[in-house]
Amino acid sequence: MKRLAPQLLTLAAVIVLISLVFPGFLSVEFSNGRLVGAPIDILKRGAPVALLAIGMTLVIATRGIDLSVGAVMAICGAVAAWAIVGGHGLGAALGLALGAGMLCGIWNGLLVAAFGIQPIVATLILMVAGRGVAQLVTQGTILTFSHEGLAFLGSGSLLGVPVPALIWIAAGAVTGLIVRQTALGLLIEAVGVNPRASTLAGLNTRVLLVAVYLIAGLFAAIAGLIVTADIRGADANNTGLWLELDAILAVVIGGNSLLGGRFSILGSLLGAMIIQSINTGILLAGYPSEFNLVIKAGLVVVILMLQSPRLAQVFALPRRAPLARPKEAGE
Amino acid sequence: MDASPILSARGLNKGFPGTKALTDIDFDLRPGEVHALLGENGAGKSTLVKCLTGAMRRDSGTILLHGQPISPASTLEAQALGIGTVYQEVNLLANLTVAENLTLGRQPRRFGLVDRRAMKAEAEAMLAGYGLAINVNRDLGSYSVAVQQIVAIARAVALSGKVLILDEPTASLDAREVELLFGVVERLRAKGLGIIFISHFLDQVFRISDRLTVLRNGRLIATTEAAEVDRHRLIAMMLGRDLAAQEAAHAPAQLNDAPGMLSFRGCGRRGAVEPFDLEVRQGEVIGMAGLLGSGRTESAELLFGLSPRDTGEARDGDRPLSLASPREAIAAGFGFAPEDRKTDGIIADLSVRENIVLALQARRGWAKPIPRAEQTRLATDYIRQLDIRTPGPEKPVGLLSGGNQQKVILARWLAMNPRFLILDEPTRGIDVGAHAEILRLIRRLVAEGMSLLVISSELEELVAVSDRMIVLRDRRHVAELAGGGLTADRIVDAIAAGDAA
Amino acid sequence: MNPRLLPLLATTMIFLLAYAICILQFPSMLSTRVVGNLLTDNAYLGIAAIGMTVVILSGGIDLSVGSVIAFAGVFIAVMLRDTALPPLLVLALLLALTTGFGAAMGGLIHLLAMPPFIVTLAGMFLARGLAYVLSIDSVPIDDPFFKSLQGAYWLMPGKGRLHLIAGIMLASVLVGALVAHRTRFGANVMALGGGEATARLMGVPIARTTVLIYAFSGFMAGLAGIVFAIYTSAGYPLATVGVELNAIAAVVIGGTLLSGGSGYVVGTLIGVLTMGLIQTYIVFDGSLSSWWTKIVIGGLLFLFILLQKALLRLGPR
Repeated sequence: MKRLAPQLLTLAAVIVLISLVFPGFLSVEFSNGRLVGAPIDILKRGAPVALLAIGMTLVIATRGIDLSVGAVMAICGAVAAWAIVGGHGLGAALGLALGAGMLCGIWNGLLVAAFGIQPIVATLILMVAGRGVAQLVTQGTILTFSHEGLAFLGSGSLLGVPVPALIWIAAGAVTGLIVRQTALGLLIEAVGVNPRASTLAGLNTRVLLVAVYLIAGLFAAIAGLIVTADIRGADANNTGLWLELDAILAVVIGGNSLLGGRFSILGSLLGAMIIQSINTGILLAGYPSEFNLVIKAGLVVVILMLQSPRLAQVFALPRRAPLARPKEAGE
Repeated sequence: MDASPILSARGLNKGFPGTKALTDIDFDLRPGEVHALLGENGAGKSTLVKCLTGAMRRDSGTILLHGQPISPASTLEAQALGIGTVYQEVNLLANLTVAENLTLGRQPRRFGLVDRRAMKAEAEAMLAGYGLAINVNRDLGSYSVAVQQIVAIARAVALSGKVLILDEPTASLDAREVELLFGVVERLRAKGLGIIFISHFLDQVFRISDRLTVLRNGRLIATTEAAEVDRHRLIAMMLGRDLAAQEAAHAPAQLNDAPGMLSFRGCGRRGAVEPFDLEVRQGEVIGMAGLLGSGRTESAELLFGLSPRDTGEARDGDRPLSLASPREAIAAGFGFAPEDRKTDGIIADLSVRENIVLALQARRGWAKPIPRAEQTRLATDYIRQLDIRTPGPEKPVGLLSGGNQQKVILARWLAMNPRFLILDEPTRGIDVGAHAEILRLIRRLVAEGMSLLVISSELEELVAVSDRMIVLRDRRHVAELAGGGLTADRIVDAIAAGDAA
Repeated sequence: MNPRLLPLLATTMIFLLAYAICILQFPSMLSTRVVGNLLTDNAYLGIAAIGMTVVILSGGIDLSVGSVIAFAGVFIAVMLRDTALPPLLVLALLLALTTGFGAAMGGLIHLLAMPPFIVTLAGMFLARGLAYVLSIDSVPIDDPFFKSLQGAYWLMPGKGRLHLIAGIMLASVLVGALVAHRTRFGANVMALGGGEATARLMGVPIARTTVLIYAFSGFMAGLAGIVFAIYTSAGYPLATVGVELNAIAAVVIGGTLLSGGSGYVVGTLIGVLTMGLIQTYIVFDGSLSSWWTKIVIGGLLFLFILLQKALLRLGPR
């Protein structure tokens, strides 16, 4: 928990700030069998970025990046809508969408692991082409559907809680558990810090790399499903547009280094919630939403400064010096 | 011959956390001489050069250029003072043309734009006298390494002009290219430059040097006229074999008659090491001796599947072994503690515990995690057994000293309980105490039935631990010594023999 | 031949081949009118891509250009509407602003030792946010001077119109090519792209060069914004979303190595024209859907990345 203190503090500060301007911010009511209120809204609307952030955290931990997740969301939403409209049923829609997401992930993973292409370049291809593929599926229209089962994923609620919120929380918890209860987390961190030494220690670096991109693709598919289900239609142009950037931002705000290694999924999820709180808060507080991006930019710069290796050096020197001295004295 | 030195150092000291890299080094370079700097890896050659060129800050001592004290803070400053350096690699930019490389930062301009014609003329003028007939408007990367080296020398000489330091310039050149390079060096010597030449190819050292200085473990061993030493004595100085001393008390290990466990036939890899045969018996230590660049590390990497062999076969008893990747080697019960711990060994940001369990975990697969309690037990166990100095198992391994990092890597492999463990320079750069512990550990492992392949530049040490010794030279396994024939003298002979030919 | 020229050659061949196919199918595409439109419609993208080329040659990336173009449009429109400043002064002010903005990003990249990706991402948010702050709605520009800029063209033989903004783009290509390939700064950019550590050893002023690179990109993005404002006669904060992506794609299709150090500004022009040609072809065809543009561009990207990977592998010999 200590490691996440800055993220928790930031989130608290954002919430306090918004509450000052908009006193009713934290109130939650129960009406019509649903919880209603700004915090619930944040949990629901933050779902796509939170889901993307989970996969992105793992990718970034291997010193990679996945620019294509927004486009993959569009592809998977389109595939699901196409399957529903075509009368193939909910099972087929979900299966095809998740399959498409994983396929995209494998494509990215192979480019990175087998061809040795820089991640940013490799995923750029699908980022550019993916939206075209999604439009190909929807034939350029917004493919609307009326299927309560699928719509439930986006706008339904269970025990009063919106389904998207439940999905991302469950996804985060399951991934977190899998990563930390198995050795996956350790192996991913090892590859991210030192791929060569990891290979020498017998890690299957290539398979691991493909796996993290596959996971990122899978979560992008789920995020795409939620967005598509919410608006009851696949909008190939706008589904997931620029969300890859928000997801990367969430990971960075979550205290994860872009240089790979140690990662915290919980941190990234907090990052996603910080971003969504700012978005929702600015809206509620009556500020024009145009300030949103300016504030976001300011936040990124501040966080970058806190993370900067060069600034860290400047600040860490006085602290590290006493540590080094005893060793030299021991010579 | 007693011209006053152009560059000299007095009482240079340089320490790193955990080790002393240079101790009281005195060094003189005369104008018009080629002065070879010799020593094994970690002897302090590159640290000395870095201190002279400002790439590193010295702890104490003075550097004099023409008798004036200097203190360059960067290689650029040293270059401006007159000291130019050419490294084995990464001197110039392969993606720029030869002319752009030669004139970068001082391109001739006309109306604010680079004057390509004048630049070409200037580049050709800079290369005149180097015997190169090349098109300076082509990318540097399209020329051979030898040409690139000469271009780098031309740039360094043009920018500095007094002292030229050549750091392993011939490492990737063939014989003809070496001659081309030496032609250039001789011409520069005749022009009165002082040239420091670092190389581990003794033939080349004797061919070109006027004087030579030997370093070992950060200390100055000798500075002498090249004509006054022979190959044998030089190697002895480099490897720390004092010929006058009595033969160390070493009971030649009894010849191990255990049946062969692993056998390698005709294993080789083009450009790395010539095909060789190797038998590994249970419970024996095979030493591997040879100068730097003789193919020792390459042999180890080949055995471990890191750079797979392209000829030959490996057998485990009578089953064939594939060994196409470290994973396969590990599955066959191999382990490998590499020479360069920082880049190939430790995962710096991860804890001591995680580093120790890493290989074991990789073999079990991600889905079968080692329980945390078991991990901690393993880690604390090895921390105690190997006396790893760390505040605890959760300390990031990157913060430990070199010797302790080495022990962590040893622990990683011991936790695997391998049959065959390869140790590449296991005692390099670690302090004396840890040194002895690692040697003791090697003996204990062998007693437990493990087979080891130990690569080391410390001849005494290697003789002391090995049952058999493979000697390498020029990327070939040239001799195998065992029993009474296994002495440091014989090894030095075997290394020197081929060179004399 | 210098192997560095190979990707440029491949780009040119692909463009000529594509154009030949277009003409075979639609002979009317062989006219100065089509060429004039191709240049005019892609003028802003071309200018932004030139700035991007220099950034990518240095091994960096600039995600802010799309937002800066939108900001520029809104800034010009709002200034012309709300102040009495002469249009030329407004344009000069804008260029100073965007250049300074780029320089600030370059400074941060160097100072924080952070990946350009993240720093320029922040820049992207900031510029877009500032555009919103200035105006949420589209602001029309009805300044007579601007109208005259929009109407200015040179009638080419064959009735094709070479608009002023197309001329600005071609001039930018020329200037960009000179800066990248004929100045000491350009050589430093290439050196940086070849390897920062080596470049530093060879005495390249890293800090100054980094700041100048992003300042140049900021200037070009500002210029692209002016051209876009002329082209659309309006400033709209939601405009040119994702143009940075098209610019990056154009640079890569133009044969520049995305990891830096090798490429030509002229190649970028051909990359932009190739992308424009695909769109024109789809318009001419009428039955093909617009999404094929993206898919084909993605395919071209893949092709060039593989081609360069192969060249890199052959390179050291």
